[in-house]
Amino acid sequence: MANVSMTVNGKTVSGEVKGNTLLVDFLRQNLHLTGTHVGCDTSQCGACNVSLNGDVVKSCTMFAAEADGADLTTIEGMANEDGSLGVIQAAFQEYHGLQCGFCTPGMVMAAQDLLKKNPKPTEAEVRHHLEGNICRCTGYHNIVKAIMAASGQDVGAIAAE
Amino acid sequence: MPKDHGIGASQKRREDVRFLTGAGQYTDDINVHGQAYVYFLRSDVAHGKINSIDTAAASAMPGVVRIFTGADFEGVGGLPCGWQVTDKHGEAMKEPAHPVLAQGKVRHVGDPIAAVVADSLEQARNAAEAIDVDIEELPAVVDMKAALNAGATKVHDDLSDNLCYDWQFGTDTETVDAAFAAAAHVTKLELRNNRLVANPMEPRVALGEYNRAKDESTLYTTSQNPHVIRLLMGAFVLGIPEHKLRVVAPDVGGGFGTKIFHYAEEAFCTFASRKINRAVKWTSSRSEAFMSDAHGRDHVSTIELALDADNNFTALRTDTYANMGAYLSTFASCTPTWLHGTLMAGNYKTPAVQVNVKAVFTNTVPVDAYRGAGRPEATFQLERVIDKAARELGVDPIKLRRQNFITSFPYATPVAVEYDTGDYNATMDKMEELMDIPGFAARRAASEAKGKLRGLGINCFIEACGIAPSNLVGQLGARAGLYDAATVRVNATGSISVMVGAHSHGQGHETVFPQVVAEMLGIDESMIDIVHGDSSKIPFGMGTYGSRSLAVCGSAMVRATEKIINKAKKIAAHLMEASEADIELKDGQFSVAGTDKSVAWGDVTLAAYVPHNYPLEDIEPGLEETAFYDPANFTYPAGAYACEVEVDPDTGKVTIEKFVSADDFGNVVNPMIVEGQVHGGIAQGIGQALLENCAYDENGQLLSASYMDYAMPRASDLPHMANYTVDHSCQTPCTHNPLGVKGCGEAGAIGSPPTVVNAVLDALNSAGHKVAHIDMPVSPSRVWEAMNS
Ligand code: FES
Ligand code: FES
Repeated sequence: MANVSMTVNGKTVSGEVKGNTLLVDFLRQNLHLTGTHVGCDTSQCGACNVSLNGDVVKSCTMFAAEADGADLTTIEGMANEDGSLGVIQAAFQEYHGLQCGFCTPGMVMAAQDLLKKNPKPTEAEVRHHLEGNICRCTGYHNIVKAIMAASGQDVGAIAAE
Repeated sequence: MPKDHGIGASQKRREDVRFLTGAGQYTDDINVHGQAYVYFLRSDVAHGKINSIDTAAASAMPGVVRIFTGADFEGVGGLPCGWQVTDKHGEAMKEPAHPVLAQGKVRHVGDPIAAVVADSLEQARNAAEAIDVDIEELPAVVDMKAALNAGATKVHDDLSDNLCYDWQFGTDTETVDAAFAAAAHVTKLELRNNRLVANPMEPRVALGEYNRAKDESTLYTTSQNPHVIRLLMGAFVLGIPEHKLRVVAPDVGGGFGTKIFHYAEEAFCTFASRKINRAVKWTSSRSEAFMSDAHGRDHVSTIELALDADNNFTALRTDTYANMGAYLSTFASCTPTWLHGTLMAGNYKTPAVQVNVKAVFTNTVPVDAYRGAGRPEATFQLERVIDKAARELGVDPIKLRRQNFITSFPYATPVAVEYDTGDYNATMDKMEELMDIPGFAARRAASEAKGKLRGLGINCFIEACGIAPSNLVGQLGARAGLYDAATVRVNATGSISVMVGAHSHGQGHETVFPQVVAEMLGIDESMIDIVHGDSSKIPFGMGTYGSRSLAVCGSAMVRATEKIINKAKKIAAHLMEASEADIELKDGQFSVAGTDKSVAWGDVTLAAYVPHNYPLEDIEPGLEETAFYDPANFTYPAGAYACEVEVDPDTGKVTIEKFVSADDFGNVVNPMIVEGQVHGGIAQGIGQALLENCAYDENGQLLSASYMDYAMPRASDLPHMANYTVDHSCQTPCTHNPLGVKGCGEAGAIGSPPTVVNAVLDALNSAGHKVAHIDMPVSPSRVWEAMNS
């Protein structure tokens, strides 16, 4: 067992973990942050995406101990300070970018990562960026729309082209 | 101005807020104090005799609470099948035992042999590795036709062979034979509907909890139908009466059919928690899901279409082998028969239709309903053979379809169903308009200029949703009713809780259902909440599958709300000293016709609960009503789809360049949600057509057991928004339910696979490659082979 401490959604947290405790299990079980999901066991689905020191990572694919000292944001930390939905979250609701909601936290984390690095992505770039995220419900159409709308682009005009 | 309220409004979903902030509560998010964890030791061979299981060493390992094997389940019921099919000789289907844990034999890779319950999952997993299982591997049967050969290895030793049933349905053989003999042209096609894995993104989870003080069990489970699970598990498997068993399906991360069924893990966790007096939790890994979730499709069919000299369809005959896997899953027997045979007429007035189905046991994971269930299999055969006939005859595939459309309703098909309403030319017109069919030649030329082949695929479909009525399905072998139920509980201040039997696992019921009640009462949606998913809170309803929620449960909710309105009018009449017949309800106000007297919704609801000025001699206090609704018929959504693909002649790679769906769902309550359902269905259909395949080798080893080997559609596999339109503006309202709705959940998955395959074949044939058919998934290697053979 080792003690790890990190900043999660702006709060300092710590806990005892085994060397093989996955980051996602630390978040879900130790910290009760159950918004981060597990959809696969081969690092393919992105349901477990979190932001670590500013980069999106698959929390099923790293050990909690590797995140010692890191600054993490999970889906629970994505809303505005007053609790209202952030820009990306609001766009997902507005454009119906989610159905069952299981892939959604990972999609939102992937989207914020993209928009930080590429503030006005093309549709092809959005689709390409979502290569590591699987959604079984939406067919991605409205997820792509939501992300482009969150970047300030006029998706109505793009769809009509 | 689009509506922002009530029926027809694209209201934003209220459930989104919790899902977008990580506040959803899925089954794996639930933990019970002191819970233990179970790990299932599963068979790694497809077929074998269990000689011995030695758990002694494993039991002594740290944290192990108890290890269960099949022996612990002797005397406990097996997992039941919910539908008994009668074969063409009048005999009941073969129904082998399906034990919770394997007894004597394992019959597919993934069959659970033992279950280790321990303080932690890691301890359970470690102990499972220490179980000494002696299994004598037996030859496996994987191919359906080989499984029916004389002398084939039997999946179940106590059955005479591997044939579950041999079913025949529709027009008699003599009539069909005569029609084929008289035909001017016959088109024949052999095809496979590929085996799929539903893959909801949330893996299955079961958490069994036992309250010894009250002798009550609670099962939290990832289910589409908690009451059905309570009924099946309580009555058939564990013998727990309903009042001692609660089943909760909280937020569920997608279902697509695969979470309808009652699974061994649910029964195990409930059973084990009673034995060890401690909660027991199981969370499936994705790899485990591939070998324990029921699979879908897997039909091999030969279809023949007879046409007269004027290209009228005169007869249709199909022979299908349907894979059941190793055991009968809950609705496995129904899918290839009553959900497939009854749809074989499609949108066409073919006078003679005969369907033959042989259901076969093999050493593979059980196969059951997956989005569309039987209807995609029917549509794929029919629409592929029509397309092939059009090519053989040199006629326009749109014209050939139009010429044979059913155009007057109601229409009784030769396969026992009566379509209440529809307008297939209208959806075809809409599709042609949105697809810009005249522009295809130019688009093809542009593709060719890039060195690509381009093809246009057309498809029509009809489906039957909201399976019912109960007395009919009972005659057909259903072992349950197929009504649904809703309770509308109006509170004293006028707010409303609606308890529904339907279950939402992505469909947005919490948003849509209040739109209906709000419209009926003229109050705001924010005053209405939906309660679903907990058998202790909701009336006995059958859950959500087969695109039935709004058509069946929504109708129950309408009926219950009508009862509320009737009673509220009586109360309002009393309050205003008027005649009940003169009371009108509009915008949440009760008024007396022809006067300016009115009382508000809240005044009436308060009077119902504080009945000081109240007609107590005539009516009871309170305002709460329940209705059960059993539909008179199925609903029949239908549509016309079109797709354009580009094929890279060098690699065989297919890309979707343009896609249009024109659906008739009858009335639409929330267009945004309906379109979302179609998007999802089409993505799954394109996945089936181009990417997805659940493959076994000849020894019954599952080759596609993770996302490394099973190709799920990703964002870049699907058409861009400028080239993609889903339309539902053609609306012929269902004639027999109060909302006039038909169901939209499965359409995309039914309509799109033949559309895509037809488009690929058009691309190849138009470029001079004589290719009659390519099996799904139409992968680059298959296309390349077809072009180069
Ligand atoms: S759970 Fe991490 S990628 Fe699937
Ligand atoms: S919304 Fe269900 S998996 Fe994406």
